Amino acid sequence: MRSENRHSIGTNGTPIRDGSRRTVPEGGPSAPSPGRGPGVRHLYVHVPFCAHRCGYCDFVTVTGHEGEHGGYVDALLAELELERRLLADEVETLFLGGGTPTFTEPAALARLLAALPRAAETTVEANPETVTPSLAALLGEHGVTRVSLGAQSFQAHLLETLERRARPNDVRNAVRTLRAAGFDNISLDLIYGIPGQTVADLERDLDEALALEPEHVSAYELEAKPGTRFTHAHGGELERQVEAMEDYFERVVATLTDAGYRWYETANFCRFDAGRDLRARHNLAYWLGRDYLGIGVGAVSTVDGERWRNAPSLPRYLNSLRRGERPHRELEPLDAGTRHRERLLLGLRLDEPLATAGLDAALDRDAVATLERRGLVVTTPGSLTLTRRGRFLGGGVTAELLAD
Amino acid sequence: MDQTHIRNFSIIAHIDHGKSTLADRILQLTDTVADRDMKEQLLDSMELERERGITIKAQAVRVMWKGHELNLIDTPGHVDFTYEVSRSLQACEGALLVVDAAQGIEAQTLANAYLAIENNLEIVPLVNKIDLPQADPDAAAAEVADLIGESADRVLRISAKTGEGVTAVLDAIVERIPAPSGNAVAPARALIFDSSYDQYRGVVAFVRIVDGRFETRDALRAMAQGTRFEAEELGFLSPERRAVAALEAGEVGYVITGLKDVSRLRVGDTLTSERRPASEPLPGYKDVKPMVFAGLFPTDSDEYPELRDALEKLKLNDAALFYEPETSQALGFGFRCGFLGLLHMEIVRERLEREFDLDLLVTAPNVAYRVLERNGDWVEVHNPADMPREIEAAEEPYIKASIIVPKEYVGQVMELCNDRRGRFDHMEYLSEERVHLHYELPLGEIVLDFYDQLKSRTRGYASFDYDVSGFRPGEVVRVDVLVGGEQVDALSLIVHRDFAYDRGKLLVERLRKEIPRQMFDVAIQAAIGARIIARETVKARRKDVLAKCYGGDITRKRKLLEKQKKGKKRMKQVGGVDVPQEAFLAVLNLDERK
Repeated sequence: MRSENRHSIGTNGTPIRDGSRRTVPEGGPSAPSPGRGPGVRHLYVHVPFCAHRCGYCDFVTVTGHEGEHGGYVDALLAELELERRLLADEVETLFLGGGTPTFTEPAALARLLAALPRAAETTVEANPETVTPSLAALLGEHGVTRVSLGAQSFQAHLLETLERRARPNDVRNAVRTLRAAGFDNISLDLIYGIPGQTVADLERDLDEALALEPEHVSAYELEAKPGTRFTHAHGGELERQVEAMEDYFERVVATLTDAGYRWYETANFCRFDAGRDLRARHNLAYWLGRDYLGIGVGAVSTVDGERWRNAPSLPRYLNSLRRGERPHRELEPLDAGTRHRERLLLGLRLDEPLATAGLDAALDRDAVATLERRGLVVTTPGSLTLTRRGRFLGGGVTAELLAD
Repeated sequence: MDQTHIRNFSIIAHIDHGKSTLADRILQLTDTVADRDMKEQLLDSMELERERGITIKAQAVRVMWKGHELNLIDTPGHVDFTYEVSRSLQACEGALLVVDAAQGIEAQTLANAYLAIENNLEIVPLVNKIDLPQADPDAAAAEVADLIGESADRVLRISAKTGEGVTAVLDAIVERIPAPSGNAVAPARALIFDSSYDQYRGVVAFVRIVDGRFETRDALRAMAQGTRFEAEELGFLSPERRAVAALEAGEVGYVITGLKDVSRLRVGDTLTSERRPASEPLPGYKDVKPMVFAGLFPTDSDEYPELRDALEKLKLNDAALFYEPETSQALGFGFRCGFLGLLHMEIVRERLEREFDLDLLVTAPNVAYRVLERNGDWVEVHNPADMPREIEAAEEPYIKASIIVPKEYVGQVMELCNDRRGRFDHMEYLSEERVHLHYELPLGEIVLDFYDQLKSRTRGYASFDYDVSGFRPGEVVRVDVLVGGEQVDALSLIVHRDFAYDRGKLLVERLRKEIPRQMFDVAIQAAIGARIIARETVKARRKDVLAKCYGGDITRKRKLLEKQKKGKKRMKQVGGVDVPQEAFLAVLNLDERK
């Protein structure tokens, strides 16, 4: 499972050669694409393989298919080649999400990383039990700057409920291993609202996470989709957890901010380190409404007012790219009004003021005034910020201030 | 036809005791309707009537039996239509009193039987459904005989369903019911006992000619209202319209008037001829006034024009329906409607929803109040929100209630009536098992849920009927509801001073449960004038944001947000608070004694 991620990709021209690992030309694109304007600077790469599909997961994942990792990497790189003209000369962030990217067969993973463009921030999602010294070394050697660990919980019974393979110790060991390999930017994912969870469990999870001194923490409520096996199995208990969600959320925010973390996005926290901005730059790009390119099965891209989603079927994805064609895609044109609404929806998740220039048509000024009177938003000429209480109610506040 | 060969009669029965089935059987036995054309309950022409097994609008059908012209004047069976029933009975010389052999006499039967007796009608008693296994015809016959002071062997025993005994009923109509005895040569006078609206020919009046005669093309006048028109067509129903050149003294038939407004011909009014007018109208005309009021609002405010058109159409056939535009700051544009009673209200609402496909929000019903203002003027108030806050005095309508109940439930019923400010008048035993209770009650205590309460406390055995007896001083106060500090007009109510605190408290508790948590605390208060009598708080939400949102989630998140936005639009905004429509109905079920 994952969480932080989901998209992007990047590329840099890299000759795709059979399976042998090739070094990628450092930095620069080997074949400068004519690209329009400055180009897309954020690349997401989706790697769907998992050892096991966790009951609550709603991402595009596949289990089995162990023999296809290499073929999938070929397909990814072929897709990247097809979209390369969209990318800027310099890619700023690269994110490998899954699935479990670190479950990928090491040679294939190394080849992929080697072929992708280098970026100032390169994040890879990892499940704790996959983190070995050799994996850490592989990541380090291939320019990965940041690892996002899907810890989810430190309680054995909750991990079991989530059908996670990791045991509590795996999380702690994974962090140690990564530190030993020199990683100085580690993010931990936590989930709350797990069937069977108590407030005490949540507090223990937060304490355990803080004890590992991660640079970044993402904390999500469990979203169980209706009709899934997981929801079916835990129905009544999930309802009880929904009741408790208000408490959990308040506790998460209070505990992490008390520990000195910056609550910079609704579900994301980072340490204040002198001289370093530890926010997830790749995700920040989404929240700031920047264009991004996503490659891989099920990946989503938003470029120049158009969004597309690759079809989620792995065999179809592989087939299309084997033929040198783009994967099947669902296209969604975004008109100006939609883009403005998204800008608000995303921007108001952040702790920084949202610049409202150009967004006037999407804002209901009367509603803004009312919300300000109620202490939920603060405005200055040209900007809008949610107050602390407003951020807890961000969805409702945003719905309120959107113009009809 | 010569008056001596005419018999005019009604059928009086409680709901489900078999009136319509008997009428159907009479139509068949007299060959008025061929067997193959028979559909059940032919006289109840509206779908709704057939479904509920009640007759709403009276109609008159002529049948021939052994050389006699029999006019069956159907009567509405319910309490709300007492006045119409009495006018129908006035058009007759006799009535069949039908009692279910298993159920015995019910309150409604009694009320209508008394009306018939007051109108000097010859009553032909009969016990129906003798074919039912649980029938006890002897006991039912004894009750009926006792009621009308006849001997039990004069009570006919029939099964309208199987037809058993129905020819004897037809014979009894001819033998026992007197012929009309109007003056055939006097100036014409006809009693209007019903009317309906024909979209091509205008108002059709159903009349009983008492004296003289009408001919087609006669210029006619309604004496009380002064409405003038020409008799475009005269005729009778059999059961379709059959035109005739003239209607004569003693006969029952219809007059096609060409009038476009049903309210210009009122039931109970007297028609006379312009050429040779009568000097005195027939007795008994009353202007019937609605007693129960409620606001009707379209759930979707775009449907306001449809609601207005639908009410106009209903009004064509229902002179008793009253409506005027009402604007509520909470519910938008709608209508304040007046009804004869609760059943009338229920029927109108169902017809609007079913026949006109409207989705309605109906506010809690209230009664009419007469209020003496500080400036000495008396005004009638139909809407709690119009009640002046400062008044000298108020009067509220009272009813005489008649309740028949098995004796083991007497205590329960008395308790209910006492709780509702009822004044016990007297009680009598109809038989060893059944008791007839007489109470006086404020109508305002009946309109919310009295009937439901009565049914549930007596396991459905009680029957109930009432008659409005007039206005009396009442210690009533207006209770307002404030949501987020702002008064919600649609939730105001008028209650007796002694109940104000409890009702106010209950109402705000209900509302607290109905109003979803918002982004801020919402105070819900009940107030009499400036005095707050109850308060609840809907605590603010502490979380309303989805935790996760990355590049692949944006479209879905945006759609969720747009949906949330739409959902809010469906709610009514009061004082900046989103109030779901259900909340406005909370006030409907305000009885904590449930």
